Amino acid sequence: MSSLLSIKNMSVNFDTPRGSLEAVRGVDIEIPAGMSVGVVGESGSGKTVMCRAAMGLLQGSTVNRTGTVIFDGNELTAMSKEQVRELFGSGMAMIFQDPLTALNPVRRIGAQVSEGLRIRLGMSKSDAMARSKELLELVRIPNAAAVLKSFPYQLSGGMRQRVMIAIAIACNPKLLFADEPTTALDVTVQAQILQLLRELREDLKMSMVLVTHDLGVVAGNTDYVAVMYAGEVVEYAPTKKLFADMRMPYTEALLDSIPRVDHKSGTRLSVIAGRLPDPTNRPAGCGFAPRCKYAQDKCTTDHPELKTDPDGHIYRCWFPIGEAL
Amino acid sequence: MAGSGTAHMRNTVDSVLTVRDLTVEFRVGKNKTVKAVSGLSLDVVKGETLAIVGESGCGKTTLARAILQLPPPNSGEVIFDGTDMTLLPKENLRSARTSMQMIFQDPISSLNPRMTVHQLIDEPLEIWDRGTRAERDERINKLLFSVGLEPDLVLNRRSYEFSGGQCQRISIARALALDPRMLICDEPVSALDVSIQAQILNLLLFMKETYGLTMLFISHDLAVVKAISTRVMVMYLGKICEVAPPDVLYSQPAHHYTRALLNSVPIPDPTKQIRTELLQGEPPSPMNPPSGCRFRTRCVGASALCAEQEPQLREVSPGQFVACHHPIV
Repeated sequence: MSSLLSIKNMSVNFDTPRGSLEAVRGVDIEIPAGMSVGVVGESGSGKTVMCRAAMGLLQGSTVNRTGTVIFDGNELTAMSKEQVRELFGSGMAMIFQDPLTALNPVRRIGAQVSEGLRIRLGMSKSDAMARSKELLELVRIPNAAAVLKSFPYQLSGGMRQRVMIAIAIACNPKLLFADEPTTALDVTVQAQILQLLRELREDLKMSMVLVTHDLGVVAGNTDYVAVMYAGEVVEYAPTKKLFADMRMPYTEALLDSIPRVDHKSGTRLSVIAGRLPDPTNRPAGCGFAPRCKYAQDKCTTDHPELKTDPDGHIYRCWFPIGEAL
Repeated sequence: MAGSGTAHMRNTVDSVLTVRDLTVEFRVGKNKTVKAVSGLSLDVVKGETLAIVGESGCGKTTLARAILQLPPPNSGEVIFDGTDMTLLPKENLRSARTSMQMIFQDPISSLNPRMTVHQLIDEPLEIWDRGTRAERDERINKLLFSVGLEPDLVLNRRSYEFSGGQCQRISIARALALDPRMLICDEPVSALDVSIQAQILNLLLFMKETYGLTMLFISHDLAVVKAISTRVMVMYLGKICEVAPPDVLYSQPAHHYTRALLNSVPIPDPTKQIRTELLQGEPPSPMNPPSGCRFRTRCVGASALCAEQEPQLREVSPGQFVACHHPIV
């Protein structure tokens, strides 16, 4: 299978007054064409930074990115800012967690949806506006004509996220980065938005990177899952395989801590004690060792290598689940 | 009450909190009224955790605040420990509130960033003059310890130095400082990561047992509610849809809205994905709620009767009450 996006050995460091903060370290990830890949992890695990760095959105003198990013045959890391920007909209697009801050509060929805169409596809104002109306209908916004003339504050959270999706898919991107698209929404609206993304992906033959902290969202909406911890990908496998046969103790702990409707009520949840390691001072061994119930001496001293099972299941652990000690 | 009624009221002497026919309305502009909570009744028995579940805008938070008289409801009774809070003069109300404390959704913005943890927890103790300086300090240490924070490390720090989960622990310590009988938690874990969510939920369960608390727990997430509640009330547009013990509600929901809510919860298992009809659209405006059953505009089982007549709560199985003309059997 050909990969649409391939990230090789990417690290991202930020210079801070406390020293260099290693947000992402040595990430290798492949996004196969037409597939949906979930990126899961706690706050601060580097999910968002990885996506933004892959798109080249992190800039400035305090950001150091190393490694290679190849998108659709183009080596993004070797291209200029302007060249990468040409790919936004028609190549890659992104939707964000908080649609209210991502939309411009003083411009009407119509102007914001049609902007990309006019710049990227060179449409006339009236054509772009007509297409914008179609796009709003495509993301199932009722009364699209009226919404075109509205401002973001006049819409509900779910409607704003639909508008964000309309903007993102306006120029038929090949890859959509969805960064926690439903975290700020109610469960019912979350289910609607996820269903919409599934259908759009199928209709538009679009690949997707779905960033979330919720393994429940990943289970029904992705083909592959990458689990991130302390800036690294610690497990990568097809979604069904991952849930059926977890190798990484962190993934197991994350799954066990989720309250579930299909469990008995009043069940005490298992918790992951402790916190993520300080990103300015990464431990020598495995970053999860102090919180891991399976940890051995070796885990605190030696950093685990990536291991690959014959079926392509990748994990980073000295003592993976399912292997005798 | 996507309909009305009081069939679910137990009227026992063990009730810590009894709310009858509570209505909260807000005037917006000329001649427009938001009907946030409409004629709602509930009771909470000692030691119980009543969860209130519903979408944004269904009136969950307004209900909780109206119970605390923040602001007072337009009509209805709020009887806490035998006293009707709505009739209390201001000064008595303040002292009544000491035994009913609230925890808010956003743990960081609900703590004053200029106060140290010591000041934050000492404030209620100082205002109500609970003990000497030494006694209060001992109480603060004990509280911090019980919420899983190391007093020596945190006492002199301020809220912005802590993560969301730690701030929520501080909020819990502060809420428990005055030994309340009842704790009202308004979406206490919605702003937190899953792994931290589990820690805070377990802490609340532990504190409930240790301090013998009665709780009102508000959330939009049925999965979270299941872990912590002993009775669940589903709300829609200011009225009750269904009241039941959690295991009954989750295994055999009787109201179409409850089932729709359950179907929207993502299940972390790719082999168990439910792909039934999703709830379409969003709730109608509370300024102009539908006639009859308020849920009928989005309900798959709605009939002409639902528009004409408001369903009354009735018992469909032991302890399970539903306000629906055509409940799911």
